Amino acid sequence: MTASDLLEVDDLHVDFHTRAGIVHAVRGVSFAMGREKLGIVGESGSGKSMTGRAILRLVAPPGRVRARRLAFEGEDLIAARESRLREIRGKRVSMVMQDPKFSLNPVMTVGRQISEAYSVHARVAAGEARRRALDMLAAVRIRDPERVYDLYPHEVSGGMGQRIMIAMMLIPDPDLLIADEPTSALDVTVQLQVLAILDDLVGRRGMGLIFISHDLNLVASFCDRILIMYGGRIVESCAAGELASARHPYTRGLLECLPRLDEPRDPLPTLKRDPAWLAGKV
Amino acid sequence: MLRVNELSVVFGQGHDALTAVDRVSFMVEEGASFGIVGESGSGKSTVLRAVAGLIPDWGGEISIAGKPRPRRLDRALARRVQMVFQDPYASLHPRHTVDRVLSEPLTIHGVSGVEERIERVLADVGLGSAFRFRFPHQLSGGQRQRVAIARALVLEPSLLLLDEPTSALDVSVQAEVLNLLARLRRERGLTYVLVSHDLAVIAQLCDRLAVMNQGRVVEELGVAQLRAHEPAEAYTRQLMTASLGYDPEAIAAFKDFSA
Repeated sequence: MTASDLLEVDDLHVDFHTRAGIVHAVRGVSFAMGREKLGIVGESGSGKSMTGRAILRLVAPPGRVRARRLAFEGEDLIAARESRLREIRGKRVSMVMQDPKFSLNPVMTVGRQISEAYSVHARVAAGEARRRALDMLAAVRIRDPERVYDLYPHEVSGGMGQRIMIAMMLIPDPDLLIADEPTSALDVTVQLQVLAILDDLVGRRGMGLIFISHDLNLVASFCDRILIMYGGRIVESCAAGELASARHPYTRGLLECLPRLDEPRDPLPTLKRDPAWLAGKV
Repeated sequence: MLRVNELSVVFGQGHDALTAVDRVSFMVEEGASFGIVGESGSGKSTVLRAVAGLIPDWGGEISIAGKPRPRRLDRALARRVQMVFQDPYASLHPRHTVDRVLSEPLTIHGVSGVEERIERVLADVGLGSAFRFRFPHQLSGGQRQRVAIARALVLEPSLLLLDEPTSALDVSVQAEVLNLLARLRRERGLTYVLVSHDLAVIAQLCDRLAVMNQGRVVEELGVAQLRAHEPAEAYTRQLMTASLGYDPEAIAAFKDFSA
């Protein structure tokens, strides 16, 4: 197995079959990744979130996922049965969503949710699951794990909620974490602190991370490699450090149109969308 | 144009009282653009809502164009002070056409020439009359925010209050809306108060800004000073560092200013 064989995606499509016709949300996305931090960047409607969900086959009907190849550590996920997918989800590949307010169960204490995430996959005694959950809360730098364990989601702040989500997703010790805008609902300083924790845990466990975000600069400073999506396709892929020399006009346009503190520009350059970026067979 | 002196807003009573805004003062000259930056819960939007008259109960003084703002609803004042909200998906009535959204303020204030005013304001925000009879769901996010801006402008106000007007938009659309706001201010000689969590957005549109934390103004400074990395307060410097992206060493040095 080579370094880039953790996840292979070849010609991935997500189509929605609606009464008004077929909507192609993802149109032939291909990439391979190893145990690295891969960023997927795009604006709303670019298909970045759908790509993340399609990897775990978490696309509800009328959506359909198809691909020439979609494999996790060599195992075909397209042909896999639902029962096999349930074993993979959470334990081998897990996912952190954008807003902890909507992803945590509001009527269950956060501690129970974390230990449940562990015991579903590990079959251990309740006491052991609790101990592991407390360790995990400490690992995401929650100061008083014993107290926080018994809190309900509405009793914690946004930053703490997202750290709890990360704890829950990392406790089964997955090999790949898909994080879809994991910090976009947070204040910028809190966002960075949460990312630092994620960075540390992912690095220490040697996991792969897919970081999906609309924030080009944040992804460039956080990830190793970036895929830029537009209209359901990858328009450019580059090492994070080389973003400044990106060539595709869409990437360049996105970089240019950001207001900057160090360089005042009035008016801001705006992005001219070229219909050719969307053209081509799907 | 706008003078805010020792403004305080307290929500709740007795044991549950929460001071959202704590003795905030600032002044905005006519034709200037003033920014308020802060994190969530800093009280920045509450200041704006008090100025707009959306919060009935506040302490201190607010005066607009030399006259103290009354605490009750004031129709003449409402016409001169208009607000644009953060999320155009939430601030436009889903079952009202653009035409109705824009004509309602004119009817309320008994303004004549509805027809021409709507056509003109639509052209001004770059939409054109083709959009006049559409519903919000037939518009993109950027187009909706243009409608929200048009709704605020249709009464020809002199003071525009902007509460995170581009936070819900994609960056490419944000650039268009920021350019539009800058142009409208130049053309119409408007005064802006812009609230945002994004220092770069404030710097793009404003001349001066106040930095808020925990209901208080931490610091007031010019945008040139901000661009030159010369804020006096550690809190402002930390916000600046955070806006530069992910840097583990800088993050490890972050302090907690919530105490």
